[in-house]
Amino acid sequence: MSLLLWMLIAVPLATGALLALAGRAVDRWAPGAAVTVAAVALGLAITAAVRGPAVEAPLLEGLPVRLAVDGLSGVLVVTVAAVTLAVLLFSLAEFGPEEARARFFGLMLIFAGSMLVTVTAVTLPTLLMGWEVMGATSWALIGYWWREPARTAAADTAFLTTRTADLGLYLAAGAALAGAPGPLTLDGLAGLDEPWLSFVTAGLLIATFGKSAQLPFSFWLSRAMQGPSPVSALLHSAAMVVAGAYLLLRTAPLLDASGWGADTAAWVGAATAVALGLVAVAQTDLKQLLAASTCAQIGFMVLAAGAAATTGGALQLMAHAAAKSLLFLVAGAWLTAWGTQQLPELRGAARAYRTVGVVCTVGALSLAGLPPLSLWAAKDVLLAGAMEDSPWLYATGLAAAVLSAVYSVKILRFVWSPPEPGATAGRRIPGGAVAPLVLFALACLALTPVAFPPVRDALTGYLGAEGQPDPKVWEFALSGALALAASAVTWAWGGTRTWGLAREWLGLERAAHVLLVAPTLRIAHAAAAFDDRVLDRAVDASAQGALACARWTNRFVEGAVDGAVEGVATAARRLGERARRPQTGQLHQYLAQAVATFSVIAVVLVLVR
Amino acid sequence: MLTALVFAPTAIALLLLALPSRIPVQALRAVWVATAAVELGLVVAIWAGYETTGGMQYEVRARWIPSAGVSYHIGVDGLSLPLLALTCVLFLACAVYALRESRRFREFAALFLFLQTTCLGLFVSLDLILFFVFFDLSIVAMYFIIAGWGHRDAKRAALTFFLYTFIGSLALLLGFIGLYLAATPHTFDMVELTRQNPLAGRSAYAALVLLAVAIGLAVKTPTVPFHTWLPPAHTEAPAAGSAILAGVLLKMGTYGFLRIAMPLLPDAWRRYALVLVVIGVLSVLHGALVALAQTDFKRMVAYTSVNHMGYIILAVGAAAATADTSAQARSLAITGSVTQMVSHGLITGALLLLAGVLYERGRTYEMSAYGGLAATAPVFAALTGVAAFASLGLPGFSGFIAEFQIFTGSLGPRPLATALAVLGILLTAGLFLRALRQILMGPLRLPDAPGTPRAFPDLRAHESAAVVPLLALAVVLGIAPRFLLDLIEPASRTVLEQLAR
Repeated sequence: MSLLLWMLIAVPLATGALLALAGRAVDRWAPGAAVTVAAVALGLAITAAVRGPAVEAPLLEGLPVRLAVDGLSGVLVVTVAAVTLAVLLFSLAEFGPEEARARFFGLMLIFAGSMLVTVTAVTLPTLLMGWEVMGATSWALIGYWWREPARTAAADTAFLTTRTADLGLYLAAGAALAGAPGPLTLDGLAGLDEPWLSFVTAGLLIATFGKSAQLPFSFWLSRAMQGPSPVSALLHSAAMVVAGAYLLLRTAPLLDASGWGADTAAWVGAATAVALGLVAVAQTDLKQLLAASTCAQIGFMVLAAGAAATTGGALQLMAHAAAKSLLFLVAGAWLTAWGTQQLPELRGAARAYRTVGVVCTVGALSLAGLPPLSLWAAKDVLLAGAMEDSPWLYATGLAAAVLSAVYSVKILRFVWSPPEPGATAGRRIPGGAVAPLVLFALACLALTPVAFPPVRDALTGYLGAEGQPDPKVWEFALSGALALAASAVTWAWGGTRTWGLAREWLGLERAAHVLLVAPTLRIAHAAAAFDDRVLDRAVDASAQGALACARWTNRFVEGAVDGAVEGVATAARRLGERARRPQTGQLHQYLAQAVATFSVIAVVLVLVR
Repeated sequence: MLTALVFAPTAIALLLLALPSRIPVQALRAVWVATAAVELGLVVAIWAGYETTGGMQYEVRARWIPSAGVSYHIGVDGLSLPLLALTCVLFLACAVYALRESRRFREFAALFLFLQTTCLGLFVSLDLILFFVFFDLSIVAMYFIIAGWGHRDAKRAALTFFLYTFIGSLALLLGFIGLYLAATPHTFDMVELTRQNPLAGRSAYAALVLLAVAIGLAVKTPTVPFHTWLPPAHTEAPAAGSAILAGVLLKMGTYGFLRIAMPLLPDAWRRYALVLVVIGVLSVLHGALVALAQTDFKRMVAYTSVNHMGYIILAVGAAAATADTSAQARSLAITGSVTQMVSHGLITGALLLLAGVLYERGRTYEMSAYGGLAATAPVFAALTGVAAFASLGLPGFSGFIAEFQIFTGSLGPRPLATALAVLGILLTAGLFLRALRQILMGPLRLPDAPGTPRAFPDLRAHESAAVVPLLALAVVLGIAPRFLLDLIEPASRTVLEQLAR
């Protein structure tokens, strides 16, 4: 039982590390090994989701590693393992022998393993370990083609932005320990006292907003699109970016207990869904559009966490993973075949590859929230929770849902329109790459019934969520109708026009650069100058001072002492010279000297007495 | 056992110097590596025989200068044993790394062996004068290593290093004499002084003694503002020398705080802990910021040492707040600081050896002279990348285990200071990623000053054999740290009990 859970995380992590370390020597069989491991991991994940194992091992003093699979983790481990397997299957065809395949597949497995650690972690330190390793592997995967400076710079931006937010988790862990000693279980956080409760809530919110590319951190996901498409399909749709939303869903009691965390999460999620929805509408690059829409769709999950709509959030998470991974992989397939991801240049792409075109349509329509596809129903389940909180929140969510329809149909409008005359038909999309796409499309369809009773009730029971609001029929009808109308309008509009600020992702990255990066660098240079010019000079100056003092001592003190000694010697010599004068050798002079001396002595004696 | 461990390297060093000059250099190399390996074996044996909850063990006490209260008193506990092991691991790595050293090999090896004696001796010392003697002798040995085998400006850097740390050691000696005079009967014995706590209730005297001791140790650590000897010493030292300098010699300062300042001056320490917290945070932020502004790879790594040592000072300062924090938090902070000493030794040691590889190939540490090295030297690139991520505190490496404990333990008593110090791990992430991008990625670029070889060959076997074990140990400590923490935790609790008196 416990072995099962250890294997679930150890098998991908260990295999991944071995493959990545062995490097090009094992390129030939790395893909096969990775797919096998991913399949094994999926099997283990399903078994774990059914059985719900829990394990513990000592790590730090009073802070053990604790992993467990409960309802929410169960949903996540299966989703992550399934998407990993499908994405790796797609990558088999995508990554030719000329690429460093061992590195790619190894890193993907390490990533999947750390994501599994993150979603099965019961305690905060364990979660943080998975969380940070995930960020580092994401850096390595975005910068996979390391010879191109633009890609490695993008990887740096992504890692540094998410790590900035991750500091929130470090602080939250410290605050939780300060509030109450113990193993820092995620469930126990809600029982803290103020001020640590608010401290932990704030740290957690910042970290999750960063990881899930919510406002104001969204820009890193735009840069992350420099990575290979399969990386985006796994990390930037189904796994890493949803980790934040997952953590918020898991710590919903904490958000509730803090008194302000739940509302903050709900409104930041809603704001991201709307603002990044607008950004997505403004994009003409397919991957950029998908990235912005990921931020927006995860905004719904964050909203769900804030509104305590756990079932709706989990549904949205699964349905979005299927649709978005599918679309990223399609974008990757087209990029390989046509050499572009610009929508205007992809005109006719869906007509050229019918199968891919059809599955892409399924994914896009699901993303658009059109009935009867899965995201339509999932969104209504979570928006029902928002309705209970506030009608305004519901209305904002609905507006964001309309935007989803606009940007999704925009993709279809381009790829199904007739190709430009003279456009070159690209390479063939290999059959091996198509099969996983079909699987994802089927998942988009298959997840719809889950959003309706009785399956939904079963899911709610599995998640252990109580008192989940039931969406009314009119809510389903309203959102479906709005999505249909928006889709029709978009189809007619064509979606060619864009707006500057939205196209530039609201200028968020520039703002971060101007407000944070540039001042930090300036301070760094000032600190370095202070070090060289003040501290080091002061040390040198004190050494110089010691030398100067030595010279002064040498010149003056030594001179004075030496002069005194010399003076005594000179005086003694002079006296000696004087003393030689009376020694004339003539007897009468000696007699006169004796008489004079005795006279003086006699006078002195007389006077003294 | 301990005496043999400490003095065997010096005996071998004398033997090396006494050997006739026609002995082939291969034999000298073999002797050095074998000695370092045997030393490591001895430490492993000591570790195996150590009772984790047994306090001070392997104690030896012999009369040395009884008239002055000085004795040859040595022993190990959970604070010193990890550092003994680290010392032996690093010296073995340096012996392996220096296998190709050709300039005056015999003297080089002899100096390193002598240096190993001083490092091991310092960590086992239980007498202040013994501690001081080893402290100063280590400076002497390192001076000759930097001056004799360093790069262009080595003489000046070595002199700065020597004078600066020597002045620091004099402050330390003043403090020791202050402790000696306060004790009745006068003694330099640490165990005896800890038991007596002679300065309890004498606040002004204790403050002055703490000031002297703290300045002496702060120069060695080094903390802001006493750190300016470190960058030139590192930049000019040979690779193996700077690995030992950063890996072992810096720990003498932080170890002194835990071994001497906290148990011997508990009242003063608690009263002035806030000063240490502030200095710790300043070292963390200043070290990281100045490192961010460097263009020289080795200088950058040197400044990250200031940053990493800052976390230790923060932790030992924060652990002094006994009133409003749990025992678990304080114990985590102290354990974290000892773990950080070991972790920094392994990771920064590896980084500095890799910097040596860079210099050996390109004759410069200037980062802008390089680019895209991952193409010609994939093993070098992979190891540098791993070491950089380890140094920036990624989970899975020892640095995370250390820093997480420090942050988690320090946040309760010192929230603001810790919140500021956490920024350090972001800054180090930024500077290491930038360095990796510059040196390893992008289009290939190599320095082409006259006299530099054109190609950049990948790591040779002996270089890998020196670096890989260090990083492997960092990974082991990052994943399964219990074997080390089981050793440190009882010792941390002892320090905290002594501090709480």
